[in-house]
Amino acid sequence: MIEQLIPILATTLAAATPLVFAGLGELVTEKSGVINLGVEGMMLVGAIAGFAAALHWGVAGGIVAGAVAGALAALPFCFLTLSLGTNQPATGLALTIFGIGLSAFIGQFYVSQSLPGLQPYAIPLLSSIPLLGPVFFEQSAVVYLSYLAFGLVAWMLARTRWGLILRAVGESPEAAHAIGYHVIGIRYAATCFGGAMAGIAGAYLSTVYTPLWVQNMTAGRGWIAVALVVFATWKPARLMLGAYLFGGMTILQLHAQGFGVDLPSQLLAAVPYVATILVLVLISRDRKVLLLNLPASLGKPYISGG
Amino acid sequence: MQILEPRGNPSQLMRWLAPPLAIMLTLLAAAAIFALLGKSPLQAFYVFFIEPLEYANGWSELLLKASPLILIAQGLALGFRARVYNIGAEGQFLLGAICASGVAIYTDGMTGWWILPAMVLAGAIGGGLWGALPAWLKTHYNAEETLTTLMLGYVASYLLSWLVGGPWRDPAGTNFPQSILFSEPAMFAPVFEGLRLNSSVFITALAVPLFWLFVSKSFMAYQLAVGGEAPAAARYAGFSARRTVWVSLIVSGVTAGIAGAAEAAGPVGQLTLSLSPGYGFAAIIVAWVGRLHPVGIVLSGLLLALIYIGGEAAQVSMQLPSAISWLFQGMLLFFLLGADAFVDFRLKRRPLKLWLKDRAKEQEA
Repeated sequence: MIEQLIPILATTLAAATPLVFAGLGELVTEKSGVINLGVEGMMLVGAIAGFAAALHWGVAGGIVAGAVAGALAALPFCFLTLSLGTNQPATGLALTIFGIGLSAFIGQFYVSQSLPGLQPYAIPLLSSIPLLGPVFFEQSAVVYLSYLAFGLVAWMLARTRWGLILRAVGESPEAAHAIGYHVIGIRYAATCFGGAMAGIAGAYLSTVYTPLWVQNMTAGRGWIAVALVVFATWKPARLMLGAYLFGGMTILQLHAQGFGVDLPSQLLAAVPYVATILVLVLISRDRKVLLLNLPASLGKPYISGG
Repeated sequence: MQILEPRGNPSQLMRWLAPPLAIMLTLLAAAAIFALLGKSPLQAFYVFFIEPLEYANGWSELLLKASPLILIAQGLALGFRARVYNIGAEGQFLLGAICASGVAIYTDGMTGWWILPAMVLAGAIGGGLWGALPAWLKTHYNAEETLTTLMLGYVASYLLSWLVGGPWRDPAGTNFPQSILFSEPAMFAPVFEGLRLNSSVFITALAVPLFWLFVSKSFMAYQLAVGGEAPAAARYAGFSARRTVWVSLIVSGVTAGIAGAAEAAGPVGQLTLSLSPGYGFAAIIVAWVGRLHPVGIVLSGLLLALIYIGGEAAQVSMQLPSAISWLFQGMLLFFLLGADAFVDFRLKRRPLKLWLKDRAKEQEA
């Protein structure tokens, strides 16, 4: 039984990786007090940029291009919400629509092309740990990058001065400004970081996971990432847990018929979206939990000073 | 980095100037994109905005596309005014189309005047329920309606794909995922012989004055608006925040559902996977560009419909991808939000000299 589980768990991790990147990025953005609903759009822009770059420079080039493109895609959002103080949910939505259009527009030149993908690389020693080894340490290099990203984000937020400043800006921008921090600049940086991470998530999809370009290929993963941040109550470790749960759900629905679940595949494909709604309900029903963890200035434009 | 300062009073001029300004900026950006692609911007504008309207057929297509956009946006605007952000109108549209198609499929072969009204009613109920679900989750479990409405959109599209691929697939057809073609009693009749515009446009024509009356005259609309503008004042006055959520989401679900029913029983004439050209999302932009005002929405709905038709025309005659209309929609909303910032704010008017002097002082210190 365990022998059969290992490949399923390993593919779960691969499926969860885009959610890890996009979710961690959005988490950092939201910690600074900015809610960016444009994750889906930035992921798509990262996906097409990564795919185009990977054709010339390989997967590594694709991932870098995805990060750069995602960060650039976040810039108009930053300018509007941070410099002009526009409504953040509406501007994020505009970014998603813009990203869908831009990626489809550029993507038309890349529709029928394909990439070789990336072979998994087993890390010596670590991969020989029973059960955990083959699940966690026989993955593609980009999955390892996601562990690194998690470690860095968690450490930065909890243990460093930068993390403290970021949280201060998100909790009370007035106080952070009063003690001399550049609120708007820090929010620009956090939002562009979120864009870069979403871009990496998209580039991973188009260069490693699938690997080809399909219009709208993110299929709502950007929105699921936004929901995961709420589910995680803005804590990186819980975000990882959530992402892996969702990865598991996408993989399980592929195997469901093998397990004797007699449901049409289209309805099983809807399971992750229904699950997103369910976890949102579970976590939101206790207002206190949300209010305690929510960055206090989330979504509120900061105008004076700066 | 901040370049704005608050105005004393919101600028009424900017409030009405912002949409035309945003449209101009979008056109400029579009011209730049066309030029980058090596197409003449003037020719592209001609193909996009003038050519479609040179023939009666173009006007018919314009109204055919504007009608669902305007209808959905009327419902959305009601919620947006109350700060209830239903961004899943696409799913409510699909549910409306599914329910209406169900009626059409199970009454196939029957005749009677009641079939079409029953379809519209089924569409309204389907869309309304798909809107009521997030309202229930919001009022009872505090779940963010932006995310739940959007997620239900994906669920609706998989439901559609299951229905047209399985139980409702046309048994006589090839393996295409589509239902039977609806019979005549289950279709809106064309308004003019030979053109696609159908009588469902009268539903929209009726809805606009109704919404205008509701928004400008009813006490409930006033309560909704106060709930959005000043939640604390609304609470103090005893206006129910829960009811605001319910009304906003159900009304916008019903309008989207009716639009979906009209799409299935109109230009498409069957239930297919590619039923919606993204009207549910475009309607969000229509609502915003129309200033959330029933009459403004009519104008912006016509504009967005023109972008849709222009996109199709540009695809045929200039080999531009149809995704370009999404790109323009996104830019339009960006520019509008940017222009809107100048309703409440203005550019900092501090003279540069003063600023440089301060800067020099800071550096000395």
